[in-house]
Amino acid sequence: MAAEVQAKLKGGEFLITASDPQDVFTPEDFTEEHQMIAQMAQQFMEREILPQCERIEDQDLDLTVELLRKAAAELDLLAIDVPQKYEGLGLDKPSSTIVAEKLSRVGSFAISYGAHCGIGTLPIVYFGTEEQKQQYLPKLAKGELLAAYALTEATSGSDALAAKSTAVLSEDKKSWVLNGEKLWITNAGFADLFIVFAKVDGKDFSAFIVERKFAGVQVGTEEKKMGIKGSSTCILLLENARVPVENLLGEKGKGHKIALNILNIGRYKLGAGCVGAAKAAIGDCLSYAGERQQFGRPIAEFGAIQEKLAEMAIRTWIAESMAYRTVGLIDARLREVDVDDPGQALKAIEEYAVECSIVKVWCTEMLDFVVDEAVQIFGGNGYSQEYPVERYYRDSRINRIFEGTNEINRLLITGMLLRRAKKGELALMQATEQIFSELTSFPEELDPEEKLAEEKRIVENAKKATLMVAGLASQKYGEALTDEQEVVMAAADMIMEVHGMESGLLRVLKIAQKGSKDLELYEKLIRCYIHDAIDKISLSGKKILGSVCEGDEQRTYQAALRKFCKHSLLNSISMRRNIAGALLKAQEYNL
Amino acid sequence: MKLLTCLKQIPDRDTRYEINAAGTGIKTSDLTFEISECDEYSLEESLKLREEHGGEVAILTLGPQRAEKSIRKGLAMGADRAILVRDDEGKVTTPHAVAKVLAEVLKEEEYDLILTGTQSDDWSYAQTGVLLAELLGLPHATIVMEIRADPAQKKVKALREMESGWFQWVELPMPAVLTIQAGISQIRYASLKGIMQAKKKEIRNVELSDLNVDLSSVPEVEVLKVYFPVVEKKAEILQGSTAEVVEQLVEKLKKEAKVI
Ligand SMILES: Cc1cc2nc3c(=O)[nH]c(=O)nc-3n(C[C@H](O)[C@H](O)[C@H](O)COP(=O)(O)OP(=O)(O)OC[C@H]3O[C@@H](n4cnc5c(N)ncnc54)[C@H](O)[C@@H]3O)c2cc1C
Repeated sequence: MAAEVQAKLKGGEFLITASDPQDVFTPEDFTEEHQMIAQMAQQFMEREILPQCERIEDQDLDLTVELLRKAAAELDLLAIDVPQKYEGLGLDKPSSTIVAEKLSRVGSFAISYGAHCGIGTLPIVYFGTEEQKQQYLPKLAKGELLAAYALTEATSGSDALAAKSTAVLSEDKKSWVLNGEKLWITNAGFADLFIVFAKVDGKDFSAFIVERKFAGVQVGTEEKKMGIKGSSTCILLLENARVPVENLLGEKGKGHKIALNILNIGRYKLGAGCVGAAKAAIGDCLSYAGERQQFGRPIAEFGAIQEKLAEMAIRTWIAESMAYRTVGLIDARLREVDVDDPGQALKAIEEYAVECSIVKVWCTEMLDFVVDEAVQIFGGNGYSQEYPVERYYRDSRINRIFEGTNEINRLLITGMLLRRAKKGELALMQATEQIFSELTSFPEELDPEEKLAEEKRIVENAKKATLMVAGLASQKYGEALTDEQEVVMAAADMIMEVHGMESGLLRVLKIAQKGSKDLELYEKLIRCYIHDAIDKISLSGKKILGSVCEGDEQRTYQAALRKFCKHSLLNSISMRRNIAGALLKAQEYNL
Repeated sequence: MKLLTCLKQIPDRDTRYEINAAGTGIKTSDLTFEISECDEYSLEESLKLREEHGGEVAILTLGPQRAEKSIRKGLAMGADRAILVRDDEGKVTTPHAVAKVLAEVLKEEEYDLILTGTQSDDWSYAQTGVLLAELLGLPHATIVMEIRADPAQKKVKALREMESGWFQWVELPMPAVLTIQAGISQIRYASLKGIMQAKKKEIRNVELSDLNVDLSSVPEVEVLKVYFPVVEKKAEILQGSTAEVVEQLVEKLKKEAKVI
């Protein structure tokens, strides 16, 4: 086992506290088992999934089912998050995150797999009764049953709790009678089991385990989608569906706890999936750019292309740092609790809900940037189905929509932080007041000998800038801040950038402590990123200041913001050329 | 059945190699390593034989400490235990020397079958397995594609690949040494369960210096130069009538290109 990190930070605390590099989990901390799992999942992808990609994309669902069963039978991949007590493996969270990353190259299959293992299976793991777990989990772990999750309806998407589906206890009290229509249900075409949300007597939002074979359960035709075309997405129809009473999942009226928590868990994994897909796209771009000749030389030699490649890699690396840092925290918390007690386990994961949302939004937007540039690097060929980047481009887009749209998640990031502060779980107000009291003080000189001293300072200041403007917004609007969505979103953007900068910086510092021949490259990478990110923070900060204060007050805070966002100029062009050069030499994403 | 699989760790075949400063080998500092291809098939055959007949699969490796990683993968695929003869400085190089060391370790082991790869992907000598059999005084079959063991009768049948699409079944008394061809089966994955169990399995480290082998009598081979194949573009235009050109061409294909 590599050195395990400790969960020294509480959820959201990164914004007000500095971290030691030793306390962040990074891909460099993977154990030998993690590395073997990564290799095995990659092999499975390359040997079984990629060669069949065309058939998968033609929505040959029998094939997808066969591959899922194979993944279960030969690699135990479906048992990964199921506790050992129910014939699963109950591996640590980095393990399942690594698998999600490695399978993401073929988005359709990754979604089918992810929906089964995540939103399909985990509700029973965390909320099932002993009987429900014994009845379903071993079969789910072995792929004998495949699962789906049915929350969304025509009139309740983001507003998921506004579901209209109903459940009524039958007269003999032996079954629930469910009626309603669920939309966009991933895996519906082949799933044997659905986690369905409906309101008991039209008011108590609750979850049910519904088997496909129950009377009154019907699945509609496949949606014609933009991307992840090989995955199954259909309507689930419940017409007086008869569900045994014992299949109520969790408590009556507590369905929202299941719905929200399960999505939350999925978010960090989705982030890691985006990292995997981005690495695949970069790999394809590196070989294409090396081969494609224009004006008598490979396009890889053009600065414009090198700049793209470097930026794609920088953002992928930052996303990876954010995702695994979060997984590490969750995992460290889980080690402290009794994992056989689902309540405790869930609380450990819930602790980092803010970070999970950050990772979801940042990584999905990172991937959209990367695949867009990938199409551009491929030129006309990027627009053709003959090349994989066309599919990457389409497959990426869904990630910003499901598992909570990125707008909803941005609202959550700011909202949850404020809520934690109000509940006294996070010393946000104290930290903000401290900053207000220091506004006129002068910064200390930077130590010219210290590596990345300026970047450390920038990260510190980025937190101050964020706390200052968010604090001002909170003062001005109070409870009504939630109605000022533009402000809330801009604050979320600042918070995310802080997380990105700091996660990347801590990772580089940790690499420096361990030593690496590529350290110089990582230093360039993080400097490029941090110097850009602080400008983004400045822009968002200005947007908020412009709306929350005016006159002299505004001028004072604008000066403070300027001070916090100050940074030196880099020769980022040459740094990005170095990064691109290293990648082109390796011909693969190997950072 | 007691099965023993010899497993060698080699540089990853997908890496881009660089020649070392002395020009006598490749730079190993930045490389990743993996199990030599034929050896993966030989491990797969061992595991299949164990499934059929019961017993034990042990891995035997000669190599530096980093070879533990490849051994661990073999254990994750299902082998029961492993022995690593530590040669951290890479002293043992020729097939003869390797076979001598392996044979020495095997003196203390019980086995019905020893499986090796037909050849390794780095040096491709295709000698180690045969030399090992010779040193142990055992019968052997090379380039084996299929194995049918009969432990009760202490016999094994092996299908050998020969030239021009010919095959040969041979029967050997056990114990015996078989060298296994690549590409003959579907290699299993290391399952998650296997990976988690692998760390609990034993890898016994044996120091080279603790073995009673004298390598001084083994002829040494000195590598003088290692280089990438030189890429050349040469074109020759044949002159004359069609008949003359054809005759010249056939002559060249026979004598110069030696392809017909
Ligand atoms: C391919 C695919 C697979 C899916 N799989 C599943 C599944 O397996 N199970 C399941 O239950 N669902 C699934 N979904 C549904 C998915 O979760 C919803 O589409 C998503 O939650 C958004 O809901 P909506 O489509 O109703 O959009 P809407 O909620 O109508 O949103 C439309 C726009 O308005 C914005 N918006 C909405 N509310 C607010 C607000 N309060 N403030 C600011 N902006 C707002 C949104 O961000 C979005 O930009 C899937 C969807 C797709 C496309």
